[in-house]
Amino acid sequence: MLKVTVDLDVCQDHGQCVFAAPEVFTLDEDGHLAYVESPDEALRADAEDAADVCPLQAIRVEG
Amino acid sequence: MASPGGIAVVGASLGGLRAAEQLRAAGWERAITVYGDEPHLPYNRPPLSKEVLAGEAPAATTALRHRPSIADVEWRLGTAVESADLAARTLTLADGSVHAYEGLVAATGVRPRRLPLPGGPPRHVVRTLEDAAALRAELAEGVRVLVIGSGFIGCEVAATARRAGCEVTVVAPETEPMMLAVGERLGRVLRRRHEARGVRFRMGRLVSQHAADYVALDDGSECGADVVVEAVGSLPNVEWLGASAGVDLTDGILCDAQLRIGGLAHAVAVGDVARFPNPRYGALARRVEHWSMPADCAKHAARVLVAGLSGDGAASPHDATPFAPLPSFWSDQVDVRVQSFGLPGVGDGVRLLGGDPDSEDGDVVYGYYLGERMIGVVALGGARAVGMAGRYRAELMALPEAEPSSRSGV
Repeated sequence: MLKVTVDLDVCQDHGQCVFAAPEVFTLDEDGHLAYVESPDEALRADAEDAADVCPLQAIRVEG
Repeated sequence: MASPGGIAVVGASLGGLRAAEQLRAAGWERAITVYGDEPHLPYNRPPLSKEVLAGEAPAATTALRHRPSIADVEWRLGTAVESADLAARTLTLADGSVHAYEGLVAATGVRPRRLPLPGGPPRHVVRTLEDAAALRAELAEGVRVLVIGSGFIGCEVAATARRAGCEVTVVAPETEPMMLAVGERLGRVLRRRHEARGVRFRMGRLVSQHAADYVALDDGSECGADVVVEAVGSLPNVEWLGASAGVDLTDGILCDAQLRIGGLAHAVAVGDVARFPNPRYGALARRVEHWSMPADCAKHAARVLVAGLSGDGAASPHDATPFAPLPSFWSDQVDVRVQSFGLPGVGDGVRLLGGDPDSEDGDVVYGYYLGERMIGVVALGGARAVGMAGRYRAELMALPEAEPSSRSGV
């Protein structure tokens, strides 16, 4: 199963993931990152793109 | 010839790494060899002008993670590729050895442009780990740092040096810093924020002469300087392709809309060195030196190359998905962060979407337009500003409607 984890201690709110995979990652009104931990398999490519464009390499896509 | 073939990736930086990973993702199971002239495995360059220069990040944190799928990739580091023969499909290395390949990925990136002025104080650039270490050794309280150039590297180095206690002056020919990337209005906001933190700007000026402890500008004035940083743009590393007939190497490697070099099914280019058309922004081929571009290019180019090598790509190139990446960059200038989505530099109009541009802090978001079509959003500030920019994602992702004339003919 597709599993997404973000190391929020490393994340610096660049928001690249939000643009790459808006159905997996969002920034709320206060700028807090929220994400779907077990997204639908159809979102795998988007989630991997998001991991690739995270400047801090804080995103892991497994499963 | 020593090497048995496979795919040769020339360039062992972010673009080369992503290319290797994406070749595996695209189903390439045979050999991949990555050639790099630096002695290091691929590392992340953005921290060089920021955390590494400030001494806050151990160099090890710049290491880029590798996907398990490329554990068997061969890395040939510390040896430059001198030339390529695209017809014979061979590479010649600096040590004289010749290596055959089946497919080629050009990922050689860029190098800093240098000013043709002799003499003067010690002059630095920031492109490699070694560059950053050498400049870092010079930054100390009260040292006079003159930064030539006000783009990404110039502004980031200026901010980092200022926080290290240096006296910092930026000299550049444009009206405002970061102007080519974000336009004059946001550039002005940025300059004011830097000035509020003690960075001085001499905009609209060129350096005409270096002396022992100062630099002369083209208006006859002088700026005292103990250290000079040249951040005046870059030159694509294309010389190794020079003998390959029929490849346009003007400002990078000219690629078709599928990132193929010279229309060849067995050669593609990725990252900073690739000049390609993006249907979002018209037919003009451009190079885009943004950190996100190697990943975008690699994914597309790897599919095209693997299809080309297996014989089912060349027959129907028009079936392939058009390569239309959404460019994006960020720039951390100590406590000022700029984040951009789209290609604001090609716009002809700018609108304030949120925030107060006159404040010294706080979020500001600008939209960039070509006619009525939004082609870029730039957020100044933190995650809230990016969240605001995110509301325009769908608009930025939309491709322009085809010109009526493009349906006729052919």
